[in-house]
Amino acid sequence: MHIPDGYLGPYTYIAMWIIMIPIWYYAGKKLSTELRSKQVPLLALAAAFSFVIMMFNVPIPGGSTGHAVGGAIIGIVLGPWAAIIAISVALVLQALMFGDGGITAIAANCFNMAVVMPFVAYYVYRAISANTEITSSRRVIASAVAGWLSLTTAAAFTGFEFGIQPLLHHTAEGVPLYMPYSLNVTVPAMILEHVLGFGILEALVTALIFAYIQRTDTTILYGEKIAAQKKSKKSATIA
Amino acid sequence: MDKITRNFAIGLILLIILAPLGLLAVGETFGEWGPEEVKEKLGFVPPGLEHLSGLWSAPLPDYAMPGSGDSMTVAAGAYILSAVLGVLICGGLLYFIGKKVAKD
Repeated sequence: MHIPDGYLGPYTYIAMWIIMIPIWYYAGKKLSTELRSKQVPLLALAAAFSFVIMMFNVPIPGGSTGHAVGGAIIGIVLGPWAAIIAISVALVLQALMFGDGGITAIAANCFNMAVVMPFVAYYVYRAISANTEITSSRRVIASAVAGWLSLTTAAAFTGFEFGIQPLLHHTAEGVPLYMPYSLNVTVPAMILEHVLGFGILEALVTALIFAYIQRTDTTILYGEKIAAQKKSKKSATIA
Repeated sequence: MDKITRNFAIGLILLIILAPLGLLAVGETFGEWGPEEVKEKLGFVPPGLEHLSGLWSAPLPDYAMPGSGDSMTVAAGAYILSAVLGVLICGGLLYFIGKKVAKD
């Protein structure tokens, strides 16, 4: 899902930078006001994990290869705003040092994998979990669905960004200047291989790590901190 | 370091060691073709794509040593080295920034 240089024309990649700069700014601000020292190692591990998990290319039938992103579990554990920072750092390094994803496309790739993904994952997880106990198995399923749906949604965004290129940039004769395939090819291609392939891998990774956290230490989960605060506030007002 | 952080770190080290498994997957990725592959598909390379695709020369393109040939051992070594570099730089950077901004 790492868009290389040359696939997005300037309208799109510049627009993505304009969208991403305030998002990074706000996420950074939020991190600096909310981050607690106890979470720092987890934040560092999250970025490192995302970097490495994206190196695990897996083949799917049809001759395509791809990978999980780790964006769902990071969004669920650290919260979507901190996840933006962690995944963006991994993506920027991949682009600059390893040529994985273009440098003009850094903002687009960060939007798809570091913003769309953790936000979709976090809210899907919260919606399915509802008010169940933190250790309930429904939450494991919620995390799996969050992984699957968030990667697929990120892929759909990527497909959309690809597919509008022939409309935005072509010569007078209609020859495309950047990504040559249109929406009717790019969106189904991106969605299909993630729905049936890499999304399932992301679901497994997410559920596995989530189930481990359930058995080990649920206090590291982002939502739990908020729930605990609300609870203590509530009991304080009652008292 | 608490138990869960330590175990995550151990898991991460295992992932680094296993990373070369990611090299076994052969095939193409939609929308990540090089200009030559695009030419094979379409018969031409879109001019903007050709122009922009050479914009940046990464020091370790595709997590490999440039010009190191086809040896699988070298490729696996370079892949692990890339994973180590990625983990140290990403983890180190966020640890450093995190420690600077974190409360209590």
